[in-house]
Amino acid sequence: MRVEITVNGRPHEREVEPRLLLVHFLRDLLSLTGTHVGCDTTSCGACTVLLDGVAVKSCTVLAAQADGCEVTTVEGLGGPDGLSPVQEGFRQCHGLQCGYCTPGMVMAATALLAERPDPSEQEIRDGLKGNMCRCTGYQMIVESVQWAAANGGAR
Amino acid sequence: MSFGRMHRKEDARFIRGRGTYTDDVRLPGMLYGAVLRSPHAHARIVSVDASAAEAHPKVKAVITGRTLEGLGLAWMPTLSRDTQAVLATDKVRFQGQEVAFVVAEDPYSARDALELIDVEYDPLDAVVDARRALDPGAPVIRDDLEGRTGNHIFDWEAGDRARTDALFEQAEVTVAQDMIYPRVHPAPLETCGAVADFDKVTGKLTVWCPTQAPHAHRTLYAMVAGLPEHKIRVISPDIGGGFGGKVGIYPGYVCAIVGSIVTGRPVKWMEDRSENLMSTAFARDYHMRGEIAATRDGRIQAIRVKVLADHGAFNGTAQPTKFPAGFFHVFSGSYDVEAAHCEVTGVYTNKAPGGVAYACSFRVTEAVYLVERLVDMLAAELGLDPAELRMRNLLRPEQFPYVSPTGWEYDSGDYPKALRLALDLAGYDELRAEQADRRARGELMGIGISFFTEAVGAGPRKHMDILGLGMADGAELRVHPTGKAVLRVSCQSQGQGHETTFAQIVGQELGIPADDVEVVHGDTDQTPFGLGTYGSRSTPVSGAATALVARKVRDRAKIVAAAMLEASPDDLEWAGGRWSVVGDPSTGKSLAELALAAHSDLELPEGVEGHLDAAIVYNPPNLTYPFGAYICVVDVDPGTGQVKVRRFVAVDDCGVRINPMIVEGQIHGGLADGVGMALMQVMAFDEDGNHLGASFMDYLLPTAVECPSWELGETVTPSPAHPIGAKGVGESATVGSPPAVVNAVVDALGPYGIRHADMPLTPANVWRVVQGRPFRTDLAIP
Repeated sequence: MRVEITVNGRPHEREVEPRLLLVHFLRDLLSLTGTHVGCDTTSCGACTVLLDGVAVKSCTVLAAQADGCEVTTVEGLGGPDGLSPVQEGFRQCHGLQCGYCTPGMVMAATALLAERPDPSEQEIRDGLKGNMCRCTGYQMIVESVQWAAANGGAR
Repeated sequence: MSFGRMHRKEDARFIRGRGTYTDDVRLPGMLYGAVLRSPHAHARIVSVDASAAEAHPKVKAVITGRTLEGLGLAWMPTLSRDTQAVLATDKVRFQGQEVAFVVAEDPYSARDALELIDVEYDPLDAVVDARRALDPGAPVIRDDLEGRTGNHIFDWEAGDRARTDALFEQAEVTVAQDMIYPRVHPAPLETCGAVADFDKVTGKLTVWCPTQAPHAHRTLYAMVAGLPEHKIRVISPDIGGGFGGKVGIYPGYVCAIVGSIVTGRPVKWMEDRSENLMSTAFARDYHMRGEIAATRDGRIQAIRVKVLADHGAFNGTAQPTKFPAGFFHVFSGSYDVEAAHCEVTGVYTNKAPGGVAYACSFRVTEAVYLVERLVDMLAAELGLDPAELRMRNLLRPEQFPYVSPTGWEYDSGDYPKALRLALDLAGYDELRAEQADRRARGELMGIGISFFTEAVGAGPRKHMDILGLGMADGAELRVHPTGKAVLRVSCQSQGQGHETTFAQIVGQELGIPADDVEVVHGDTDQTPFGLGTYGSRSTPVSGAATALVARKVRDRAKIVAAAMLEASPDDLEWAGGRWSVVGDPSTGKSLAELALAAHSDLELPEGVEGHLDAAIVYNPPNLTYPFGAYICVVDVDPGTGQVKVRRFVAVDDCGVRINPMIVEGQIHGGLADGVGMALMQVMAFDEDGNHLGASFMDYLLPTAVECPSWELGETVTPSPAHPIGAKGVGESATVGSPPAVVNAVVDALGPYGIRHADMPLTPANVWRVVQGRPFRTDLAIP
């Protein structure tokens, strides 16, 4: 089937199998490999992207379901060479190590700050509970989001 | 420019989604592999019919055990000098074992084709409980091994049995406890996989793979596949976490290589999460009987332990050859013990291979857990505060270097200082007072202490090798004419920040900015030989190599400086990042100036080559022994059994800290591991050998909600033998934190009179205790 999905502001028209997952559409068809796969049970959130502004796990959305929608991935944040405040916060506060959860975590944090520009620590932890990280123990991720909230938010 | 906080160089690509992990690798004409796995834990293979899969229009090849037998590749050697089936030929020995490999034009078709393979099995009784593995009449798992009539793998012991036994006989107080360190899994967020590309024209094999030990993989592929080693290139790109799960070679890698050789095209294989949990290296699974002997006034005299080690169906445990139980015999811990003895017996069961993984430092997790539980139990027996009992028995600073009763030479330590700092940071006395108040109100609050000594940086080549490869590591440093440098190392980061910290070491030694140093790792064609990153060995071994190779370059620069300044090298001193004539800093030449001169027409003394390069192989004289004092505070809800980690104070001493920001991040991650292991992680099996924790639905990892804000402290006791005084640290928190959490929960449950509780302390399990039911210590077997 034919789908048209706008990704990071650019429309992409592709012929896809109905069963193709959105995460594979992004990674394999568009070579946007920042979005990762960490599990097979919708548990880890490494594949989190924004679908019409809402954080979704793209391993649990069919590309067909995203037909006509706008998708934002980690590659679409920030300006041509700039970083979004959330991306910058992760660098400033050492909110990443292996970097594998980072794109999904950044997208989830971006959605969180769009909804709640000045979250408490508990609200950040609750807001990111759909995203697993094996390296950081989360604390510096929390600090990264706090840094972003204080320096431009979800922009 | 040198040691200290520095933002990471790696972050620029990772925060933009521009990392290159194995699954991001795309090659022209690339095909996709998928593995068919056994639904049975133990069954004879009657037949494998792949004809329907082969007829699938998108399928390019189906590889079975038969195919591999023809190539001599059906079995491969393991890191413990056992063998492991690549694809099963005779029978399957664990659920999830590799049976066939499909290569197709796209990953979805490869998975489709798995469904078309018809395997007929003849089920056999499974050996699931390690305690039953040696029973007479137990099914023999490894009947492929000649003369094998049982499931026994090895017996191994350390320490002085006679002295230990004598001390126990005379001891005023002894405590004994059976405890299980349950089977868990490192579960890196990126699973394992590989892209294999065999070029028939050049005969060169290139393998992209998230391996923690790329050079060792290359050598093993040469040995296994018979390909010449110079025609094998292993590229370990960005790795999405390893945690010990990516040290060994898995059957899927060999299948991808064979798939590429058979089809003449690159083949990618990426496992999914359940495959990762079911078939790659598990961690722990030690059944321990620990005993501790002491005087009535609380002086610990001896520790004795028997271990039954469940190694699964193939002994694939990754550890130095002479250490079948790893470094478990550091179990006398941080205490001044007169004698100690351990016996370890390894057995086969119908489970996946592994054992050493998940930041265990070669079984130090098990050792520290054992001793820290025993010390707490002894404190309870003696009616002493666990902090006080530890303080009385900790090794004193003047005892270092200290030779432990099992033969380890601890390099340095100031243990009382670290424990005092942790007690102060936690406000220990106030916590105990609060606990008494809460207890009076019927609330359950617990305080758990763990004091650990780690043993990391394997290791001295004389004692330590993996499959005959000594555990020394190389480093090469090249300074370009304009003073920018490239460092090539054999260790392999999986997120530990080597590209940043190793540049900092070079920067410190050469007086140039760390930003001017590019760190190359993970490509066997580009880097010197070495054994990779695990066992927290990067800083102790490769970090030392880096400092020493930089000093070698500095010495060469000194000769260049002498020629430039027309002075004798003996008259030069290194100060402020420059070589200058003693007493006249204005004459100094910076490394950048010297680098250009070294590449110029400057006349150098006879026998001195130009340029500014050096190479080194570093063979460590000893391990490094970082240590730490951890305090965990938990609240337990008696109604639900839910344990909440309210606070966690961690004081770590890893000697000199190259980059404190990165050290803190390493500790945070390890503490989360400890909370996960203590409270929620277990890979359980039913009596038929079905894996009950084979996805993230059941194998639970802590999220931001289960982790508290960590409270860190540090002391600095440098390693005297290390060139920059640094010790490893990456695994310390994973090693040290589980006993702190368990000690805290047992402490909280004090009113219920329990002495010990096995991990994981799930709500269901804690609730049983509160209800007056026995604590389940047999989680592995329902």
